[in-house]
Amino acid sequence: MTKNILKGVAAASGISIGKAYLYEKQIEVIEDEYIDNVDDAIDVFDKALNKSKKELKKIFDLAVDKMGEKRAGIFEAQMMILDDPILIETIKNRIKEEKRSPVFVVDAEISKYQELLALSSESYMQERSHDIEDIKNRIIRNIKKKKWKSRIENDVIVVTNSITPADTVLFSRVDVKGYVTNIGGLTSHAAIVARSLNIPAVLGIHDATAKIRNGDDLIIDGIHGEVIVKPNYEQLEYYKGKCKRLKQLDSELAKLVDLPAITTDGRKIILRANLDIVEELDYIIKNGAEGTGLVRTEQIFNLEDEFPDEEQQYNNYIDLAEKLYPHMVVIRVFDIGGDKVFPVDVKEPNPFLGWRGIRFLLDNESLFKTQIRALLRASAHKNIKIMLPMITSIQEIRRSKIIIEQCKVELENEGKEFDKNTNLGIMIEVPSAAVMAEEFAAEVDFISIGTNDLIQYILAVDRGNEIVSSLYQEFHPAIVRTLYKIIHSGKQGEAKVSICGEMAADILATPLLVGMGLDSMSVSAAAIPHIKKIIRSTNFESAKQLAEECLKFHTEKEVSGRLLEYFKTNYTDEIENIF
Amino acid sequence: MIEKEVKIINNAGLHTRPAATIVKIAAGYNSEFFINKDGMNINGKSIIGVMTLAAEKGSTLRLTFEGKDEKEACEAITDFFERGFDEL
Repeated sequence: MTKNILKGVAAASGISIGKAYLYEKQIEVIEDEYIDNVDDAIDVFDKALNKSKKELKKIFDLAVDKMGEKRAGIFEAQMMILDDPILIETIKNRIKEEKRSPVFVVDAEISKYQELLALSSESYMQERSHDIEDIKNRIIRNIKKKKWKSRIENDVIVVTNSITPADTVLFSRVDVKGYVTNIGGLTSHAAIVARSLNIPAVLGIHDATAKIRNGDDLIIDGIHGEVIVKPNYEQLEYYKGKCKRLKQLDSELAKLVDLPAITTDGRKIILRANLDIVEELDYIIKNGAEGTGLVRTEQIFNLEDEFPDEEQQYNNYIDLAEKLYPHMVVIRVFDIGGDKVFPVDVKEPNPFLGWRGIRFLLDNESLFKTQIRALLRASAHKNIKIMLPMITSIQEIRRSKIIIEQCKVELENEGKEFDKNTNLGIMIEVPSAAVMAEEFAAEVDFISIGTNDLIQYILAVDRGNEIVSSLYQEFHPAIVRTLYKIIHSGKQGEAKVSICGEMAADILATPLLVGMGLDSMSVSAAAIPHIKKIIRSTNFESAKQLAEECLKFHTEKEVSGRLLEYFKTNYTDEIENIF
Repeated sequence: MIEKEVKIINNAGLHTRPAATIVKIAAGYNSEFFINKDGMNINGKSIIGVMTLAAEKGSTLRLTFEGKDEKEACEAITDFFERGFDEL
């Protein structure tokens, strides 16, 4: 291998050639910088204060019941600090007179108070010093965010240590051409968003930020998981040719857009798209999705600032419903917590086993109701389905149904239009739901298997933890058997069964999933033409036999080996495209 | 200018909640308001300042008020201290 090639995880397919933009979040480093424009600096400081206030207010509103009186009091005091007339005036005066950067002055001024506290021998004063540290860091973070936001240029390949979902959404607004990170795997949300936007990504190159400099020419090969730093002439020519061939392949696949995803012996699979940000909508339509099978509403709205009100949500949902009409739009209610965009920094020791999904919503009923009302109103064209995340018990389904009924009565009384028969579904993504799939399915109209979470909960593997990520195996026999059980139970419970995790986008898994009897699949927009092509070359009866064989295997190797063999015999055309 | 000595009489001392209440009460008056403890002078209208005062049960603070409504301000604040921050 040539020296200038870095290896990582091929997280989002495609090839990009461009300049590196090194994005570093140096929150901790405070530099004594001088400024030229005082008005700008004051403006940045004011905006950071406002943003911090909004953040704290939201934490306070949502989590006050969970925090206990003492923590709530501390939050209130933190909010008051942001309005402290003496402190704010002193900071602004120093910025104006000394022409020093807001970050430096904020740090210096607030640290003074911390030093006073440190002198005290009382232990609770030390704690108070931490609370003041918190608010200081929040202000500084918001000042810095503001600053780097304006610095990102268009058309660059972002190189960074790690990206949060919020970062990805932000980058998507400036036409980033690719992502390269030190940390991150195939199923990290950064990877999911990159795939859905068709932006090549190579993640998990441990020393990417050390080996790549700002402005370096880069080629990123998201198919093989390689990044070429400062490519030579041959490399550049080779990849330019490859880009061209990929374009040809895309145009060939584009011919399938209006054709259904149907097996050679006539079994029709509904092929829908996952949607994370509204910018994907055109791409979804262009790629021939039959609506959406998963709209991640927590990603659509920039929850960092504020929860959207009913009107704002309604406008978004009705827009999706109208643009995708007559196709169905399955919208999942806010799935907050875990590794998802979480605006409320309630610190949990184990967020994946904590306050997330439906638990969070049932604890914040007014937030839940606002979203349900908006969704119901958007259902007037009869093409919206509502989906609940992280269901672990029947009580959660029943309580949600009561809340939905209440919303319907309210809307009825207000004379607002909605579809009285709006379908309700749940995600099957935890082991308890898999075990109880038949009973759960009997309560709802459809179930959708969220493989990302399901696999990590069943195999007890954190998908974001590189040390164990190789144990995250979608073809583990336990997973194959669980999927089969869920699909079978769902049918017993008279519910439609869909799948919406990353596994659905793996073409190697397609014949297995089809053979197990799924009614529909939902994948990232970019994957739709590929999956459709596989389905259209699959024989359902033969896929059924394949599934039965795979259910008998004892090891992951046997399953993946058999699938690979099946692939090679049945889809000769496709082989070149994936290897 | 009015000067007044007050004592902390509640068990928990001047913790975050009463600190916030003091600042809120003080914000309702125009007068300047300072809290002095062991030679350290803190602006009573600044929450971050008041939070840095370590004042456990039994400690004494000297309050000063200056301005048109200093009398009313003094009464309101002193009253809050004398009620033991409503925690008795």
